[in-house]
Amino acid sequence: MAGLTKEQIGGFLARQGILVAFVVFMIGFTLANARFLDPDNIMGVVRSSAILGVMALGVTFVVISGNLDLSVGSMMSFSTIVVLDLHDKIGPTLAIPAMFAMTLCLGAFIGFLVGYLKLNSLIVTLGMLSAIHGLTLTYSGGKNMDIADKEGTWFKVFGQGDALGIPVPILLFVLLAVVLGALLSKTPFGRKVYAVGGNGTAATFSGIRRARVVFTCYLMSALCVATAGLIQASRSLGSQNTVGQGLELEVLAAVILGGASLMGGSGTIFKTVIGVLILGFIQNGLLLVGLQFYVQFVVTWVIIILAVWLDIAAKRGKLWSPIA
Amino acid sequence: MQPGTLSTLLKRGAIWGFIVLELIFFTVAGEFLSLSEKAFMDVDNMLLLFKQSAPIGIIAMGMTIVMVNGNIDLSVGATYAISAIVLLDSMTWPLFAGLGDGVIPVAWALALLTGTLLGALNGLIVWKTGVDAFIVTLGSMLGYRGLVFMYNGEQPTSHLNWTLVDFAEAQWLGLHTATWFLLIATAAIWFLMNRTVHGRNVYAIGDNRTAVVNAGIRVGPHMMINFMIIGFLAALSAVVFYSESGSVNPNDGELYELWVITAVVLGGTKLTGGSGSIISTFGGVLAIQLLRKGLAHIGADTSTVNLVIGLILIAVLFLDRQLNIKGKEELKV
Repeated sequence: MAGLTKEQIGGFLARQGILVAFVVFMIGFTLANARFLDPDNIMGVVRSSAILGVMALGVTFVVISGNLDLSVGSMMSFSTIVVLDLHDKIGPTLAIPAMFAMTLCLGAFIGFLVGYLKLNSLIVTLGMLSAIHGLTLTYSGGKNMDIADKEGTWFKVFGQGDALGIPVPILLFVLLAVVLGALLSKTPFGRKVYAVGGNGTAATFSGIRRARVVFTCYLMSALCVATAGLIQASRSLGSQNTVGQGLELEVLAAVILGGASLMGGSGTIFKTVIGVLILGFIQNGLLLVGLQFYVQFVVTWVIIILAVWLDIAAKRGKLWSPIA
Repeated sequence: MQPGTLSTLLKRGAIWGFIVLELIFFTVAGEFLSLSEKAFMDVDNMLLLFKQSAPIGIIAMGMTIVMVNGNIDLSVGATYAISAIVLLDSMTWPLFAGLGDGVIPVAWALALLTGTLLGALNGLIVWKTGVDAFIVTLGSMLGYRGLVFMYNGEQPTSHLNWTLVDFAEAQWLGLHTATWFLLIATAAIWFLMNRTVHGRNVYAIGDNRTAVVNAGIRVGPHMMINFMIIGFLAALSAVVFYSESGSVNPNDGELYELWVITAVVLGGTKLTGGSGSIISTFGGVLAIQLLRKGLAHIGADTSTVNLVIGLILIAVLFLDRQLNIKGKEELKV
């Protein structure tokens, strides 16, 4: 072990810092409260993180391609409201594909604006955040949506059911993470996403159709949002119009925590999952230690900035920024 | 006319043209659709419009300079809420019990100081760590909001001081107190950006940071001052609004950052920095408030307002790009 220099340790911390932080947190919380590592507790945390996690998977694609998606929160409200409404009107078998189709249309619209018209993604998705919220309110007439027969419907399986002893939301989350992770790291499409985000001009010159890649990333995001809406609707079987409000920023926080750069070109699905789990376990751990619920926001703030700061510091080789 | 003058004129005047269009549309549509007897262009209604623009408008002035500098601040809504709580709560502190109405300037000063410090914290982190302002303020948006909730849980913080309420509800030379604050903030920031070295440097930094660094100008302090100004203005906005209402919920100010950014972008400020005008931001603020009021006047509900504002924002972005597309060396694909 004599060969480990300061640089090597620094490099390891920079590459795997998020994993190290994760382990440190787990150990710290376990020492503070033994119930933290209880399988039931862990299962509960993962389960409640599933909705945020599923959304974060899609946003990872968008962020790696060098764009932002601030509309996922209000889009999730839209999916939830639509599927709950259609459930009673045309039955769950038809309601689910209908909801997916409608959400994908919204995703396609954003993808068209950002990909083909090359509009700034921050402003476009900011506008869509507001517009989709308006759409949801118009659709529902401002009322809460509830399923009439809450006991008898099989629709609740997505949010409340178990399969092979594992809650279905976790299964959906893991399934999507594996599929999208493979898509991103093992297929030509995945390479193109990194290329477009890393250097769009170079990607274009090497024959990648940038607009189409960005468009597809927003479709992925919409697909994940629709799945999250499905889980949310099925878990509560009734919903307010604002169920997803503010989630866009939590999702983005998880993705950034996972180490994806907002400049595009870096990040992985695996690290995003770690980012989501860190947020979930911190929230849970702080509660178990006996702190107020709201302390988690402050802790998240500190962690996000530290994580990004250390990442940048490792890349530039200096802790403090060179800005005069 | 020089070539290009027309498009410049179009861009500069676009927001005012849009406001005129709104006024005409809502006046005409109001005749047919409105249930109210009053005309839309009523003097009282317009005065109210200015007053209601104040909370968003005051913050938008700060957002303009931060965005001209090439940064962004997402934490203004949370800063607004914290400052409001400090304003209302400090008036009940036993420490100031002997002051009578003299507590008002103290409470104002404390609230404004809080906002400035929170802004300074953002600025310092952006400066010293080099982390993107979007991420830093995204984090502090969560963090500051957490502090708001830790202060008083989910309970509202309330304190009514009637002297203060009278002051906030007063009209001076026909305009409401809040309107005056909006106008003063606009004038002050306009002066700062157009007549001082700081303002010129801020434009330069947003336009070409490398060139500015090479010219020997220190970028960091300017950035930090801008964050302090936007923190101060967020607090000022809270001071103006809560002096009158006297009660703040921990959720107050949520999504303000989005409204403010919408107003600033409508006013033509570029996200990439280096370009933007205070007067146009003022126009953007008025345009949004006019839209909200106008739609309410013709009987549309909140859902339509959200829908319309979102789509207008995207349309403005699209038009702006079409106007700017010439002369830019864009990659043709």
